[in-house]
Amino acid sequence: MSTMATSKTAGGGQVLLQASGLSKRFGGLQALSEVSFSIRQGDIYGLIGPNGAGKTTLFNVMTGLYVPESGRCEFAGHVLTDYKPHQIAEAGFARTFQNIRLFGNLSALENVMIGRHVRTRAGVLGAVLRNRATRREEEQIEARAYELLEYVGIVERANDIARSLSYGDQRRLEIARALATDPKLLALDEPAAGMNPSETVVLRQLIEKIRGDGITVLLIEHDMKLVMGLCDRVLVLEYGKVLAEGRPAEVQHNPRVIEAYLGAGAAKELGITATQEEQA
Amino acid sequence: MMDAKKKPVPVRVWLGALLIGVVLAVLPFVLGMAGQSWIRTLNFALLYVMLALGLNIVVGFAGLLDLGYIAFYAVGAYVWAMLASPHFGLHLPFWVVMPAGIVLAALFGVLLGFPVLKLRGDYLAIVTLGFGEIIRIFMNNLDAPVNITNGPQGINRVDTFKVGEFVFGRAETFFGIRVTGPEKYYYLLLAVTLLIVFVCVRLQHSRIGRAWEAIREDEIAAKAMGINTRNVKLLAFAMGATFGGVAGGLFASMQGFVSPESFSLTESISVLCMVVLGGMGHIPGVIVGALLLSVFPELLRAVVVPLQQSVFGEVILDPDGIRMLLFGFALVLVMIYRPEGLWPSAVRRRERKMRESQA
Repeated sequence: MSTMATSKTAGGGQVLLQASGLSKRFGGLQALSEVSFSIRQGDIYGLIGPNGAGKTTLFNVMTGLYVPESGRCEFAGHVLTDYKPHQIAEAGFARTFQNIRLFGNLSALENVMIGRHVRTRAGVLGAVLRNRATRREEEQIEARAYELLEYVGIVERANDIARSLSYGDQRRLEIARALATDPKLLALDEPAAGMNPSETVVLRQLIEKIRGDGITVLLIEHDMKLVMGLCDRVLVLEYGKVLAEGRPAEVQHNPRVIEAYLGAGAAKELGITATQEEQA
Repeated sequence: MMDAKKKPVPVRVWLGALLIGVVLAVLPFVLGMAGQSWIRTLNFALLYVMLALGLNIVVGFAGLLDLGYIAFYAVGAYVWAMLASPHFGLHLPFWVVMPAGIVLAALFGVLLGFPVLKLRGDYLAIVTLGFGEIIRIFMNNLDAPVNITNGPQGINRVDTFKVGEFVFGRAETFFGIRVTGPEKYYYLLLAVTLLIVFVCVRLQHSRIGRAWEAIREDEIAAKAMGINTRNVKLLAFAMGATFGGVAGGLFASMQGFVSPESFSLTESISVLCMVVLGGMGHIPGVIVGALLLSVFPELLRAVVVPLQQSVFGEVILDPDGIRMLLFGFALVLVMIYRPEGLWPSAVRRRERKMRESQA
């Protein structure tokens, strides 16, 4: 969209989200311990780590689905850790889900229209009387929903039932629904999961377009090529702890990350091995 | 749905609507020829349509299983009975009593809503069932130490609906046509029912209706999309209760008598059956369900007794007993062959299809 999308100058913007000391325990499992990081405005921020590292837990803590035992999460002047999920969405933090959570029996269009709920006002009286303001609002909701379906590239499926869409289209519909809430920060939980390589390329372009339109992106992803190519900064979690944080290139060469997360095989694929790194 | 709105309404639809209008307008006079009791049956059918539409908001739209819905009907009825009868010597006009009943019923809806906000499915059903029973038992026992509800005897000689000098409970002659009380009530109930249908349709296709659908489909996703699920659920309970309260007030005024036994658990279940049998979440389906289940037993009563008398010469099976038997049988059949209801909404049909393809 704009030229901003292509420039990858990280660290230019102000801090949009600041998490400090987030901890979450499930019974005997310390899912998150003292996780701190900050996301700058306009960045694409990657969150990686092996399965069970606590990435999705961190998402759920930040979006209010889980209450952390300790820690604080500040976002654009709001303290998210004091908020309920719907207030967090209202503050401008939208998310998608790892195991897609669309309103499966509703059409794609209706899904996105529901996303507009938080930015619209009509109540019972407006609905019953359907006065001019309500009619206009409804028209705007529908128009915006079509616009967003167009934006993510599935407008031709607008009247299809969400559950009948292909996996990749469902992922994109979730993004459209999240964008409908006019977010400042869009958090994507493994958006490329289950996508084929060509779909992943389209997804990558979409994420860049979203960032280009001024929305900060937080991305959990297993597709290393996608993460390393796309993100301005990356946070690596393991066993609920921050293992490393920095630019993709730095993280990629961090011996602890290579050893703990990527493993020897993947490390070789990247052209560096832990032993080389240690010798250097 | 979206496209249909923009198309001009075809002539066929207008003609159909006109035909239904004419039928609805002359129905009481036609039925009246078969006996005034049929008009009363029809009136009760309309009350059940109101109740079913109210419950449909909670169960069909928002997906919250409510087994104590009749409590709101009771609240509406008792408010009318207490404010417009010799019981307290109050005879307030309808424009005071009706809103009072509606507000109190809605308040009770919210009162029920709060403790069950985090419950779903079976647990929600049990708590709402308990709530319905609590209301009924209160009404049964609030005659001592201070007599509020007159206990199991109920409240007698409740005022009829009266707009100025126009009294709904009394027969009158207009232009040489004698119009009985039940016939007058029919038109009042029909008008209120149509209003409720209108409100339901408008709500369904609105921002609020979409929010209800969202929490029914996936509550967590709805929260993450910024829907205040607490308020939206409470609103569903309050709206449903409102319609229950309206129906209750009309019931008390029409019947002239209220007592706790009219508001038993069986009634709650009947209304729920109407919603489920007709097609949850689908307004025309729910109306059909309510009409069928309220008229069918009366029809049966009219048929079963004469039939047995002509065949056996005496009544062997008590009509009430066989009524419940057939009732249950019909429900089982519907649940086997049309589990999504007789006339389901497109959404419910899809839900069923998905489940079948997954199985």
